[in-house]
Amino acid sequence: MAECHPVGFQWVMAAKARGAAVIHVDPRFTRTSALADVHVPIRVGTDIAFLGGIVNYVLTHEKYFREYVLAYTNASTIICENFKDTEDLDGVFSGLDPQARAYDFSNWRYEGGDVPAAAGEQDQEYEERVDHAEAQEVDHAEAQEAARPEVHGSGGAEALAEGARLQTDETLQHPRCVFQILKRHFARYTPETVEEICGIPRDTFLRVCELITENSGRDRTTSFAYAVGWTQHTVGAQYIRTASILQALLGNIGRPGGGILALRGHASIQGSTDIPTLYNLLPGYIPMPHAHQNEDLDAFVEAEGARKGYWGNMRAYVVSLLKAWWGDAATADNDFCFDYLPRLTGDHGTYQTAQAQVEGTCKGYFLLGENPAVGSANARLQRFGMANLDWLVVRDFSLIESATWWKDGPEIETGELRTEDIRTEVFFLPAAAHTEKSGSFTNTQRLLQWHRQAVEPRGDTRSDLWFAYYLGRLIRDKLSDPAHRARMGLDADGRGIERDRPVLDLTWDYPTEGGYDDPDAEAVLAEINGFDAHGHPLSGYTQLKDDGSTSCGCWIYCGVYADGVNQADRRKPYTEQDWVAAEWAWAWPLNRRILYNRASADPEGRPWSERKAYLEWDPERRKWVGPDVPDFDEHMPPDYEPHPDATGPEGLSGKDPFVMQSDGKAWLYAPVGLVDGPLPTHYEPQESPFTNPLYGQQRNPVRNMPKPGGDFFHPSDGEPGAEVFPYLATTYRLTEHHTAGGMSRWLPYLSELQPEFFCEVSPELARERGLEHLGWATIVSARSAIEARVLVTERMTPLDVQGRRVHQIGLPYHWGPNGYSTGDAANELLHIALDPNVHIQESKVLTCDIRPGRRPRGPALRELVNEYRRRAGITEETGRQM
Amino acid sequence: MGIGDWVSSWPVYRQLTGADRTGRGAAARSARTERLRPRVADADKVVKSICPYCAVGCGQNVYVRDGKVTQVEGDPDSPISRGRLCPKGSATLQLTTGPNRLDTVLYRRPHGTEWEHLDLDTAMDMIADRVIAARLTGWEWEDDQGRPLRRTMGFASLGGATLDNEENYLFKKLFTALGAIQIENQARI
Repeated sequence: MAECHPVGFQWVMAAKARGAAVIHVDPRFTRTSALADVHVPIRVGTDIAFLGGIVNYVLTHEKYFREYVLAYTNASTIICENFKDTEDLDGVFSGLDPQARAYDFSNWRYEGGDVPAAAGEQDQEYEERVDHAEAQEVDHAEAQEAARPEVHGSGGAEALAEGARLQTDETLQHPRCVFQILKRHFARYTPETVEEICGIPRDTFLRVCELITENSGRDRTTSFAYAVGWTQHTVGAQYIRTASILQALLGNIGRPGGGILALRGHASIQGSTDIPTLYNLLPGYIPMPHAHQNEDLDAFVEAEGARKGYWGNMRAYVVSLLKAWWGDAATADNDFCFDYLPRLTGDHGTYQTAQAQVEGTCKGYFLLGENPAVGSANARLQRFGMANLDWLVVRDFSLIESATWWKDGPEIETGELRTEDIRTEVFFLPAAAHTEKSGSFTNTQRLLQWHRQAVEPRGDTRSDLWFAYYLGRLIRDKLSDPAHRARMGLDADGRGIERDRPVLDLTWDYPTEGGYDDPDAEAVLAEINGFDAHGHPLSGYTQLKDDGSTSCGCWIYCGVYADGVNQADRRKPYTEQDWVAAEWAWAWPLNRRILYNRASADPEGRPWSERKAYLEWDPERRKWVGPDVPDFDEHMPPDYEPHPDATGPEGLSGKDPFVMQSDGKAWLYAPVGLVDGPLPTHYEPQESPFTNPLYGQQRNPVRNMPKPGGDFFHPSDGEPGAEVFPYLATTYRLTEHHTAGGMSRWLPYLSELQPEFFCEVSPELARERGLEHLGWATIVSARSAIEARVLVTERMTPLDVQGRRVHQIGLPYHWGPNGYSTGDAANELLHIALDPNVHIQESKVLTCDIRPGRRPRGPALRELVNEYRRRAGITEETGRQM
Repeated sequence: MGIGDWVSSWPVYRQLTGADRTGRGAAARSARTERLRPRVADADKVVKSICPYCAVGCGQNVYVRDGKVTQVEGDPDSPISRGRLCPKGSATLQLTTGPNRLDTVLYRRPHGTEWEHLDLDTAMDMIADRVIAARLTGWEWEDDQGRPLRRTMGFASLGGATLDNEENYLFKKLFTALGAIQIENQARI
């Protein structure tokens, strides 16, 4: 955090100055470690074992916050009889279809009396899915996609069949209650197991356990901060789940000083997830409709919404979005144009797209401030994809590698591609900087902050708002022009108008301003915020209607333009506010600064302690009071009990803090929503020098694998050839550079501070491999080989794991051949085995070899990689077993 | 200036004889010191902004003179950053005004070996034509089981984490209406 979010780290230091203990878990010793009370070097890819060990410690030593756990988590909920744990099945959960490599998660549901129709349908559908998959020779990606991991990510999942009643045991003794399942599941994650898997000495581990548990409870809270070190794994979503379980057990969610804080790396990466430039989502975490299930609006809301909690109002959110996009064309009679939305059929993520480019189905590509030629895993595959396009549009500040690979990319040097043979047409369009346009970024704590335009951009430089708006206008003009339609053959199939209606009906009129007639960003923000039937700005999502009388471009952002005022541009100095600073900018939803803040008070609505008081129920005024906006109706008393048939927010009780969950509880056990299990389990990474000591199942059985051909994997421990790649490597970022370098390697200041690519190795590894400090090393994987300057440093700690010494190599990933500060891209080495829930790559762990000296040039580079593949006996099958 | 004035203007003399015995205040000031002005002092305006690098979201003050950005500093009002910026944020002036910025459209024709210049309007028109064509080529009305898809696999987009919310909103809206589904950004990378 001190390296990558330095200014945010000042608050960690402020906490330390007030007595907080700071624990840093990282394979490397960094600037954060230097300021922490405890640094815990860990073997990369083993955090579930580490966190699971703490969960076990908490349960074994009864350190959990019992009242919180009983009232606010699903600890007492009873799970159906079909559920079998990894402890029973040697590392897999019940419901696994090995052919399809997919789980039927109806096996993980809450106990709910009679087996209801909805679950029956789901079973049936699963059979279809499996049959289909077998017919297609185990197209497991398709089968797994049918499980829809993207749908339930925000809690919009129904855990209980319709008409069923939750079964609970408040004594927590029932053998099938979540609490008992949790105890059995984590029982083997002992300090000894943690040491054996993670390489963390027992004493260090126990010190961490003590610090965390001593600092949790009524009077104290502990928070976890993480970044992509937890997400870029084939089990990444389950890393976060493990932390969620731990924090829920300790009562550290929804309270000041608690939480699990995702430290995100781009100015508006949170915003681009909320208003998603992501394939699987519509604005506000509404899932994109799926061809298999979502035929019309009613079916969609039925399948993807929940009956209770705030997802119970999903129809209002969807209809308001459709009204924002298609205006008067969207009516109740035509299902509000729901059929205008394109349908998904599987994983359409960025790595699938790269493969589709190689195969030739994806012919055009926009790159908007992204540099996949060096910034995405298996960068070589990305470049081969781009070399097979008809056209590529790059919008950026400078000539990044993704704009110039056709001229000077690595494959030109090796002779695998020849510039004259590449037919891709490339457009480079200079993009405006944040100082040259107005707009909002959403930061890592959900805060929308407005940046105002300071100057006009120069020359051909334009904002992306300008580009999107005028591209849309040009396309609409052309589609409206009969001559153009005839010339392009748009009506050849007789369905041209039907195809183009969604484009032509789109609401696409924005006022313009400035020297380049830029669309007014505040007008777009106002559309995102939404309007009532009279065209007045809405002030919150509770006003949204499902009858078409309201419009709203992103329901969770509703209120950011309340009263016609740009709330994101509020800049009252912090010195003139209380510590929550609620009048600085605007947080979604409804300017709430701490989510699930009902949990900051006890079930009766009193603060858990004076020290940790936040919101509390004022019986005199019959409302919740405190420095923040309540995460629920401010007049809902703690003793409110819903009618059994009540739906939506009123379906939850006055004691249920987790208002996005269908049962209002924090899920220690996730009955739906994850495709790889209701509980986190330690699996070894895709590539590992060690065997999984817990189970016969080595890796995540349902991880996503790319199609054969574009990617090769290493043998793991116990497989012939594993010794060819004996070391672990991990990628990371530096303070002085930014992601793939587009905003840092072209700056003289930053390039001088970190002038070239390097690798970090321990003195012991340097001796073992003959590496010299400041000399060169070549790092090899089955994907490629790269060279780096060697930094020999005791910051890299060799670890003892399963009686063997393992070395880890650190690779900052900012570089490429262009700009002032140059070097090979670490992403050349990485594979694209993916997490099955979110389809992110395992950038944080790979095995490799390292040797002294520079890498070969020209065709010899590929010969070196091929020689390694031969020595390790790597085929297209290697590493692909379940 | 007489010799007495000359001697008494020496900083060391003033340090030894004046009130500033540690030499860290008035004694250390010279005529040149008196002439120094902060480079932001003559700005025409100060524009409130937010750092474009990581997601902490530090406040920035952008100083403008004669229509040009002259300095970018931390905003002391921000409850997040309280005026601080990291090395990247402190380099924002160079990011936005440095020699790295290109300001003309460049074009590489199929099989071409060099960049060519193209005017912006022509480029926009060509891109619009290409989107329409790729959309049509990759169009899918339904899947192999007859379920409606109404989409195109002909073009894709990557990017958004560095963009404004309003920009992402327009891209998502336009591309989705065109039937494109392969719309992605750094959040999955």
